[in-house]
Amino acid sequence: MAVSKETQVHVRIQNSADIVAARQQGRALASIAGFSHSNLTIIATAISEVARNIVEYAKEGEVVITLIDDANKKGVEIVASDQGPGIPDVSTVMRDGFSTGKGLGIGLPGARRLMDEFAITSAVGTGTIVTMKKWVV
Amino acid sequence: MAVPILKQRHHLIASIQSALSDQDLLGLRDDLARLVGQHRALGVIIDVTALDVLDSFATRTLRAIAYMTKLRGAETVIVGIQPDVALAMVQLGLTLEDVLTALDLEEGLALLDQRLAESHGS
Repeated sequence: MAVSKETQVHVRIQNSADIVAARQQGRALASIAGFSHSNLTIIATAISEVARNIVEYAKEGEVVITLIDDANKKGVEIVASDQGPGIPDVSTVMRDGFSTGKGLGIGLPGARRLMDEFAITSAVGTGTIVTMKKWVV
Repeated sequence: MAVPILKQRHHLIASIQSALSDQDLLGLRDDLARLVGQHRALGVIIDVTALDVLDSFATRTLRAIAYMTKLRGAETVIVGIQPDVALAMVQLGLTLEDVLTALDLEEGLALLDQRLAESHGS
């Protein structure tokens, strides 16, 4: 059986149209891993939230979606990174309802609920990296 | 991409055809707030059947549209939220609060007619 060589997509994030591009390309790539339709929707929604975070707070950045393998599990990893202002206290932004922007303050904690694994590292003046994974069950 | 908005009797029907960016959603909000006055509409239906994602921004904008049109004298009903989209919204923690929803366009029109009959009946 032929296996697609396409295992990673990079999407430059600069405006709200790029958010749509990131979630559409992410969904298309994740479908190769064999996710159910509802999990593809969940992955696309999580990508939308982290990509919007970039547009809103950092102005620009990148979302990289990669098909991953761990032992006998298949999955998808999403890394959203920017060189924006960074977050002084990460635990604050992970609380539901906290927002300094236009949002509901639900983006990052919501994305964490949608995915199986979620990590965020941020440094003021350096930027923010969100890494999240979902496994095919 | 602008969302086509049709008029049917006293209702406006916004039929979303493809994925919308944040800018498109804000455009829809502004168009509907204006058209409710222009057409003296009493009801608005937003058909989201074609949307494969309703994230926090889209949900917040739909809520804003419902409240804005209400202030302009029209009820809004969101129709066509797909089952996978509903699941993702619940997991994300999103709610449309007291915004009216219906399964599809037909049910949405029936709901608006029923609301109008109630408010003019007594």
